[in-house]
Amino acid sequence: MPLLLSYSVDDPNRVTTVKFEAAITPYLRPSAGVGAVMLQVLYALVPAVLAHCWYFGPGIVINIIVATTAAVATEALILRAKGSEPIPAISDFTAVLTAVLIAFALPPLTPWWITATASVIAIAVAKHLYGGLGKNPFNPAMVGYAAALVSFPVELSAWLPPKMGDLDYTHPSLMQTLRYTLTGDAGVAFDALTRATPLDSVRVAFAESRTMSESAAAPWFGDFAGRGWEWINNYIALGGMWMLFRRIIRWQIPVAVLAGALIPATIASLISPDNFAGPGFHLFAGALMLGAFFIATDPVSGATTPRGRLLYGFGIGVLTWIIRTWGAYPDGVAFAVLLMNMAVPLIDRVSRPRVLGRE
Amino acid sequence: MSAPTENLHSLPGGLRLPANKRLSNATQIIDVPVPTHLVVPLQQHSGETSLATVSVGDAVLHGSVIGEPEGAVGTYVHAPTSGSVISIEARQLPRRGEPHGICVIIESDGHDRRKTSTPPAKDRTALLAAVHAAGIVGLGGAVYPAAQKITQGLLSGIETVILNGVECESYITCDDRLMREQPTAVIRGLETLLDLTDAKRGIIAVESDKPEAWQALRDVGSRDSRVEFVQIPAIYPSGAEDQLIYLVCGQEVPSGGLPGDLGILVQNVGTSAAITALVDSGHPLTSRIVTVTGEGVERPGNYRVRFGTPIADVVAAAGGYNSNAHRLLVGGPMTGFALTDDALPVTKSCNCLLVTGPAVQLSNEPRRECIRCGECAAHCPVRLLPQSLYHYSSRHDHAVLAELGLKDCIECGCCDLVCPSHIPLTQIFRDAKHSVAVDSHAKQRALRAEDRYRAHIARAESRSAVVADAREQKKRAASADAIAAIVQRRRPKQSNDREV
Amino acid sequence: MTSVIALGLLAAAVGIALVFLAWRFPATDEPLVAAINEALPQTQCAQCGFPGCLPYAQAVASGAATIDLCPPGGDATRVKLAALTGDVSVSTDHVGPAPEVLLATIDEDRCIGCALCIPACPVDAIIGAEGFMHTVLTDECTGCELCIAPCPVDCIRLDDPAT
Repeated sequence: MPLLLSYSVDDPNRVTTVKFEAAITPYLRPSAGVGAVMLQVLYALVPAVLAHCWYFGPGIVINIIVATTAAVATEALILRAKGSEPIPAISDFTAVLTAVLIAFALPPLTPWWITATASVIAIAVAKHLYGGLGKNPFNPAMVGYAAALVSFPVELSAWLPPKMGDLDYTHPSLMQTLRYTLTGDAGVAFDALTRATPLDSVRVAFAESRTMSESAAAPWFGDFAGRGWEWINNYIALGGMWMLFRRIIRWQIPVAVLAGALIPATIASLISPDNFAGPGFHLFAGALMLGAFFIATDPVSGATTPRGRLLYGFGIGVLTWIIRTWGAYPDGVAFAVLLMNMAVPLIDRVSRPRVLGRE
Repeated sequence: MSAPTENLHSLPGGLRLPANKRLSNATQIIDVPVPTHLVVPLQQHSGETSLATVSVGDAVLHGSVIGEPEGAVGTYVHAPTSGSVISIEARQLPRRGEPHGICVIIESDGHDRRKTSTPPAKDRTALLAAVHAAGIVGLGGAVYPAAQKITQGLLSGIETVILNGVECESYITCDDRLMREQPTAVIRGLETLLDLTDAKRGIIAVESDKPEAWQALRDVGSRDSRVEFVQIPAIYPSGAEDQLIYLVCGQEVPSGGLPGDLGILVQNVGTSAAITALVDSGHPLTSRIVTVTGEGVERPGNYRVRFGTPIADVVAAAGGYNSNAHRLLVGGPMTGFALTDDALPVTKSCNCLLVTGPAVQLSNEPRRECIRCGECAAHCPVRLLPQSLYHYSSRHDHAVLAELGLKDCIECGCCDLVCPSHIPLTQIFRDAKHSVAVDSHAKQRALRAEDRYRAHIARAESRSAVVADAREQKKRAASADAIAAIVQRRRPKQSNDREV
Repeated sequence: MTSVIALGLLAAAVGIALVFLAWRFPATDEPLVAAINEALPQTQCAQCGFPGCLPYAQAVASGAATIDLCPPGGDATRVKLAALTGDVSVSTDHVGPAPEVLLATIDEDRCIGCALCIPACPVDAIIGAEGFMHTVLTDECTGCELCIAPCPVDCIRLDDPAT
């Protein structure tokens, strides 16, 4: 007890003056710290990781391990170089979350150097070159993923078909996955092992003048989008709902992202159902769900005002739909997020709430 | 007499705080004995320091005036007991900003003889003068002189009087106990205020976590049809003046304005009871109810304390400190401040003495960079963007800070508590406000110096112009003819001289 | 060919617009001088070598003076002037605390009432008359030190107003 007691002159047994610890307001226990919040986000991703393993094999776990190792090591090195203690900064779990999101964005079969490159670029370039935690204007995970996507387009478009039992396909074993990840050689013909993603399949189908209903009749197509993919997106949405319930994220961004993508998708598919994929397909294919709940909600690179978040999210949704529909890449979440990141200072400025008592 | 609780407006932001009220609200208010020495500050109110009207050696009675107001805003200070003035000197005071103030130190004679007083006349002017003379100030914490607040409101007309019995801060229960024990005094004070102001509505607002106080007030009721009782949800900071007005009336006090601009007068329930005491007996304000609470006090509860009583004596009356005592706060945990010393006196603004244990608090947590999560903005009761204010405070960009509404920050502390990076935002905003004030003062001085310099230069120029003008005239007058005339005038004289 | 013509036309249009704007709204130093003057502390101390804050502002705006000549403004003023003028030749990395504003005080016992300090004060903050004791208006004094030199009996000193 850091008390300095001084005793009364007349009565040595009576404490007259007690010196107390000085501190600044407030004197109540503050809310959970950044580390605890990021840990909750990681917990929210656990169901989706398990589902991913179920449908695509152990690839994602290997990717998470590679990405996390690279991200944390990069962060530690940079912090050491900056002359600050790495442990407190790493223990905020922001680098881990960035790495896990990169692993989610990459195909289950990705050579380790691609995963590591994406992680190193995310942490070193997108985060620390801009000043570290809280100062990065761009979402680090998406910068890392976009850099990998433009550098290794072939590897990043080669996904596995999901395990659904009714497809004539044998999945690579754990050893095969490990071997490919570590050496880039699967031992069998790589093309035989991989399949296009549902987004890619539909894009190619449109390019070959096949209609949406023809794509929907294909064996890989489930209720709304690709089999298996639908379920993973369900678990991502489950994690997102839990974060909303725990107030880790606010509703504005996820709702606006989904609305931004689904409203134009609905209108377009109502006008021309053969030439445009419907809202169900957009919702359950690709990274829209992940983007809405886990990527666009990155606080550092996103808008911070309530109205600004609606604008920001809606922009991401619309851009995602535009890139998916007319762009050169099958999915557009990463580019949409990066483009909207650039607009954040402007959005925050125009969406300032009216202060109580002011015109 | 109704309870239109359904017409409440909802406050943006705010927080549900751990109440911690049970600790102190279960027992009756106890009088703290008169200490041997009282340190009575001459400034216990907002406005100008009062002037001492006594000298060292003077004998005073309980209720004698020892300080009178000077300047636009101020009030009287009274001796809290009988005795003699032994010193008038600067002492440290429990307040923010200027830590020292002039105090009258009174040695008690132990008899506590009261100065005879008579209840004031009932007419408005006499009553307002009596409220002013009794040194009654807002007892919620802002300590604005009550008579001046009423007078300012009367200038624009008061439609509604709100009695603030919200007490939304953690731990504090002095208003709760007052409403439970003296509901009649509280309600009668409101009726007096209504008569004083000719207001159409009088509203007593009580937070929903004080069912006993609510019941006590409702049981007494009021025969005055203007009086309404309103129960408001327990969300901090709904007891702050502007926030309470928004909750109850749905009107926003304009930025930089006063409730009077909306025709509203807000007074604390304690102030109301003090007005009733004045009306009944003519007694000035010389004591208040103080909540003494926290994990570090032996007998938490509410105590009636004379102004000037050292905090140590008050805590001693509450059984003294226990082994948990770690921090001594004046006010609640959100808006109060820590003292390092308990020899300081209780003043009119001390609603609570909180002795906390070594529990986790903001300043002990590791601080990180702002991650722009926006939780602070989501909880700000005035809809500010604390994350942006923080950013521009660290860049000392006063122009943007003004645009973002730094001066509208009520320093409630909600943003501090919800910040996951544990940034002491409120303290940063307090510092920024101070630096803005210093800066604008320097700017004012610079502008005045510039004007005076311009005047100085202009005067110097006009003076040299006057001199040049006079020379010019002289030169013009001294034309050739004139020179010849002078030469003429002098020449014969010279020749005469020669002739002689 | 089309693109060459299009770009050529565009360049010509922009060029004409620029010429018109330069002729219609001639550039002046006036706003810059006013902005620099506003950033200066207005002590009128002449320590920069110019006879007041406005002349110094004009000199900085025209490039005749560097931005680091204002002692009472301190680092903060230097940073502001660097931002206004775009001058990068003077380091603005180190921003120390603002220099304290001192106040001139006249020692009343020693003042002989010579009135020499009165015209020296640029802001007319000294009042008095020949043969009478002088005093300083503390609210107006900028602490510029210009009154110190003219005093024949050295009865003016500079005090920290806080103490």
